[in-house]
Amino acid sequence: MSDNKEYLDILSGKADGITIVPAPPGEPSAMVDKATIRETLDHCRYDRDLGFNMLVDMFAIDRNDGEERFEIVYILRSQKTNARITVKTRCGDEGIETASDLWPAADFLEREIYDMFGVPFANHPDLRRIYNPDDFEGHPLRKEFPLEGKDFDKRFVVDLEKA
Amino acid sequence: MADTKYMTINMGPQHPATHGVLRVVLELDGETIVSSTPDIGYLHRGIEKIFENRTYWQGQPLTDRLDYTSGMSNNLAYCLAVEKLIGVEIPKRAQYIRVMLSELQRIAAHLLWVSTHALDMGAMTVLFYGFRERESCLKLLEKVSGARLMPDYIRFGGLREELPEGFLAEAQALIKELPGRIDEYETLLTENVIWKGRLKGVCPLSADDAITYGVTGPVLRASGVYYDVRKAYPYSSYEDFDFEIPLGTKGDVYDRYLVRLKEMRQSIRIVQQAIDKLPEGPIKADAPAYVPPEKEEVAQDMAALIRHFKLMTDGFRPPKGEAYASIESSKGELGFYIVSDGTENPYRVRIRPPSFLNLGSISKMIHGSLVADVVAAIGSIDIVLGEIDK
Amino acid sequence: MGIENNVLVSTVDWLINWGRKNSLFPVTFGLACCALEMMVASCAEYDIARFGAEVFRPSPRQSDLMIVAGTLSKKMAPVVRRIYEQMPNPKWVIAYGACASSGGIFRSYSVVQGVDQIIPVDVYIPGCPPRPEALLAGIIELQKKIQKETIKDRPLISLSGKSA
Repeated sequence: MSDNKEYLDILSGKADGITIVPAPPGEPSAMVDKATIRETLDHCRYDRDLGFNMLVDMFAIDRNDGEERFEIVYILRSQKTNARITVKTRCGDEGIETASDLWPAADFLEREIYDMFGVPFANHPDLRRIYNPDDFEGHPLRKEFPLEGKDFDKRFVVDLEKA
Repeated sequence: MADTKYMTINMGPQHPATHGVLRVVLELDGETIVSSTPDIGYLHRGIEKIFENRTYWQGQPLTDRLDYTSGMSNNLAYCLAVEKLIGVEIPKRAQYIRVMLSELQRIAAHLLWVSTHALDMGAMTVLFYGFRERESCLKLLEKVSGARLMPDYIRFGGLREELPEGFLAEAQALIKELPGRIDEYETLLTENVIWKGRLKGVCPLSADDAITYGVTGPVLRASGVYYDVRKAYPYSSYEDFDFEIPLGTKGDVYDRYLVRLKEMRQSIRIVQQAIDKLPEGPIKADAPAYVPPEKEEVAQDMAALIRHFKLMTDGFRPPKGEAYASIESSKGELGFYIVSDGTENPYRVRIRPPSFLNLGSISKMIHGSLVADVVAAIGSIDIVLGEIDK
Repeated sequence: MGIENNVLVSTVDWLINWGRKNSLFPVTFGLACCALEMMVASCAEYDIARFGAEVFRPSPRQSDLMIVAGTLSKKMAPVVRRIYEQMPNPKWVIAYGACASSGGIFRSYSVVQGVDQIIPVDVYIPGCPPRPEALLAGIIELQKKIQKETIKDRPLISLSGKSA
């Protein structure tokens, strides 16, 4: 992960709206504008100079600081060059476009983000909750969600119809 | 009636061959799988949310319970991420012991896999053999940590305490015995006609698919892709050790079996080197703000007692920032991404569970194969639901 | 009057309880970490067969002991209840481990705080995870409990699974 600066520079030359931000003590990452994230990821995946064919991880962070509160983080890796970069974007409740056609790995990961944060992904093939039951209320990893959920102090009642 | 050509069957969540509480909904055309949908979350415990409400110390026991077959590796990954955040240098001796213990844990995890997978495939004898050796590994880990499954021995800045007396000799005896035992399983399985017939050519995954699906660990290497975090981004002094990364060619269930067996032999090599080269020195980093003092010191020194008390009750405050650290656990790349906002609780802990992404490829893997092979495929990717569901 | 404390009933009780307690058929049912220790308990070193409980059945219809080994999530709870209902009488439940007994360290929105909220539990085994020996101790405790039962509470033949 040491020489990723070079790849970030290449990337920022390819598409608009990319700024390189430091994230000490970790490595710097590319902060991409929501409007160009899809284009940027496309470059990451298919551009000959980049070729990041592995989506190592993708997750969200709830910064809880206004309209665009969710930070979506992609960790990408190239099997050929062994380079690893971090790409980030910010979005609000309206969500962003899916990356699951670029990396099928994003299918599950985006469902997880949708479940835990309530960020929808446009054009996702099967956007459902992944961990919690379909009738679950709220999104657990949002900062306003209490750790114990609601009705924690009450006895749990089983609904046998759900089995 | 609507289209009745396909039959839908439900497998799990209570099914002996799903290794926990995985549910797969299969759509069948005769015995051939047309489509499949894995349904997870039956063991969802909200670990990432609990992390945000605990101090860094209190978060550590949660990591044990992620992939409960390899607690040592989970501790290591979490500690590496936090150590990156607080920026401490780990003494060589502690690094070597970490390597040794996580390799022993890998052997234990792979033994469990071989045993249970053989049981799923109908070869019950291997279960009893495998568990015998796994017990020996667990006894060693218990000797250092006091617990069989949830060690919590690797701590921020080093290790909890010095290795117990006689540990190295016992470890030496175990790894001397293990290659012969692995040969035993090979005699039972590798050239066994039934075993080969059941596993060869079953549910293959091509190298390209494996990469884009984010598959890591033995499943990826069985498809012939050379990627192991220990070699690609060495951590905890893995660059000092001489070992090979076994690769498969076809990426089928049989290759995954072979890769795991070969990996155990490599792990034995690493443990041997760690025992031979183990340097003398401290086992904790010199960082009083983060690392608690030794037990003897606490008993004699008032200042040390206060420091220990403050660290354990209030926790510590890493500087603001974020860090990602990943290791090669027995299942694949296990990563922790920790965001600190400067308080004693982490702002966000993201766990990258290898099994979760490996499971993502199951639909691709079993597409077009027979329904009986689903058990083989699920077993072969070695899922642990504690880690998938978090 | 009646058959209370009748010599015949108590002799029959003794015989039936003796049979029941020494041939417990557990349902193969692991939820989480503790399931590994349950597997170890059934293997050579600890050998649960010494207590007549080694026949792990994959189907609840053939079992009379449910060892709830692991964390019970709210999504899984209806399934566990359904499996319990499917078991024929007589049936017993062991809550194996801290999570099954009380929710353990997982005090969160998705975990049922103890399996006794949805099914009746006979024996609780503490530990996270409990050692395999603890499971054996739990089974011995359950056997003691079964020996004290009478057929008035647990009918000789009842397949409905309704009463517990």
